[in-house]
Amino acid sequence: MAESTGFTRRHFLTVATVVTGGAGVIATAVPFVSSFKPSARAQALGAPIEVDVSKLELGALLKVEWRGHPIYILHRSDEMIASLKKDAGLLRDPESKDSEQPSYATNEYRSIKPAYLVLEGVCTHLGCAPMPRFEVAPADLGPQWPGGFLCPCHGSKFDLAGRVFQGVPAPTNLSVPPYRYINDSTILIGSDTGNS
Amino acid sequence: MATNEADVFDRLGRGLSALGAWIDDRFPMTKLIKEHATEYYASKNFNFWYGFGVIATVVLVMQLVTGIFLTMNYKPSADGAFASVEYIMRDVDWGWLIRYLHSTGASAFFIVVYLHMFRGLLYGSYKKPRELVWIIGMFIYLCLMAEAFFGYLLPWGNMSYWGAQVIVSLFGAIPVIGNGLAEWIRGDFYISDITLNRFFAFHVIAVPLALVALVVVHIMALHEVGSNNPDGIEIKDYKGPDGHPIDGVAFHPYHTSKDLVIIVIFLILFSAVVFFVPDMGGYFLEHANFEPANALKTPEHIAPVWYFTPFYAMLRAVPNKLLGVVLMGSAVLLPFFLPWLDRCRVKSIRYRGAIYKVALAVFAVSFLALGYLGMQPPTGAVVTLAQIFTVLYFGFFLSMPFYSRVEKTKPVPTRVTP
Repeated sequence: MAESTGFTRRHFLTVATVVTGGAGVIATAVPFVSSFKPSARAQALGAPIEVDVSKLELGALLKVEWRGHPIYILHRSDEMIASLKKDAGLLRDPESKDSEQPSYATNEYRSIKPAYLVLEGVCTHLGCAPMPRFEVAPADLGPQWPGGFLCPCHGSKFDLAGRVFQGVPAPTNLSVPPYRYINDSTILIGSDTGNS
Repeated sequence: MATNEADVFDRLGRGLSALGAWIDDRFPMTKLIKEHATEYYASKNFNFWYGFGVIATVVLVMQLVTGIFLTMNYKPSADGAFASVEYIMRDVDWGWLIRYLHSTGASAFFIVVYLHMFRGLLYGSYKKPRELVWIIGMFIYLCLMAEAFFGYLLPWGNMSYWGAQVIVSLFGAIPVIGNGLAEWIRGDFYISDITLNRFFAFHVIAVPLALVALVVVHIMALHEVGSNNPDGIEIKDYKGPDGHPIDGVAFHPYHTSKDLVIIVIFLILFSAVVFFVPDMGGYFLEHANFEPANALKTPEHIAPVWYFTPFYAMLRAVPNKLLGVVLMGSAVLLPFFLPWLDRCRVKSIRYRGAIYKVALAVFAVSFLALGYLGMQPPTGAVVTLAQIFTVLYFGFFLSMPFYSRVEKTKPVPTRVTP
């Protein structure tokens, strides 16, 4: 007979009991861990919203709330749109290759219509709401500032298309939510499918 | 008459010792009192640095008591939270005092704990055989940070709201699982009523339970190995004929009576803040938090409460989201490894070489400077300075295995000095 390994029926039962008990503990943990996920009600509250932009003046910013996030709608003037071409060299992702936006906003204006910019006002760094800083070259932001958004939390800077500047903590451009035009002056935010 | 009176006390005394014996047969009461108080010997040369442990315990008890009373009027909902805090401040009898004791207590807790930890750095209290005392203490510090963070959301002011938004987003920096994890923590797509409700649960029951358990374990581990002292000498090595350390005195009554004086001094200073400057000019209660949470408007100058600003300054010093978060996490975790980073055999700064004294001074200045910089708006010079001090902070820990090995120490006496 070969030398005994010392592994007995008792050892086997001990291991089997621990494994079975461990599986039970993990299975019991599932409902507790899952209860932390967004509930059915929280998910249902994320329905799309309609925004009327007909009264938004040239150069003005409208903030609306969707899913608890600020959504920025900026009515860009011709000078503002022109500035987008000049600042490309200062940006981290000027063509929005690494950023989140629907395909219809993956263009040089990051919008469906150049005049209306729709953005999530959520800094891609840590989620603060960037402040509008549309004046050109103010004292605190330097002579190269073309106008854009400044995050008050950690100083991330974005241009008038929500594109991030180099040398700031935010990794990507501000996200563009899914949206579409219901008519010339009404935007539906949160959905880009369905009948106009 | 006199004999009768003596008789009464004599009988009372006998009754009490019978009761004590009855309990001791069933629960180790006398044994615990002896082990942790009347026969726990701690060095006779403690200086004021050794008062912060007992003050921390006092503050913990105060936070627990005031916290329990606050929950009796506080409402953990997005609709009711801000108003219920104002209700406590204005309409509840003495509510303002209970609330200010709790909010000032939070800052006091961190001041005391930071000084308590610095004492450890001064006198090598983290070194063998007290490594576990130090590590348990670090876990207490982590719990305290979690407790402060969860509690800070509860008043539902605008700074509460955006502070929570930023900290929860830190988890979003983790690759792949980050965004899902942040959503799981919030229980929603943004900081909402659901988030507030669960932070309340963490703040009032989950974390305090862990905190109290850890404090008990911290003290048990300390009493197992014995307290350090300003000379960094093991007093257990020199015992008298009675078997007790010659340089030690019993914790009770000698250290407890001294601690009472320390507690009174602390309470005088603490009360002065509570009654005259409870918001500490915006440092203990931030001005932006006097307006309700607004999901559409980040306060113009957002900064965490002062006790988190050193780490916050490090986060902002790195122009990369993931690296910034990793760096900040490392800064909090590095002190855990102190017992093994420090290769010097001498414990106390009194007998350590100039190189450690300089390194510790640089570290202390860096920590304070980062704390200041973390409160300032993140403009060019502030970020550059924060980068320099971040390097110095990490340099203190990471180069310690090298400089502490070659350090020229002084001879350590065998008995404690006055």
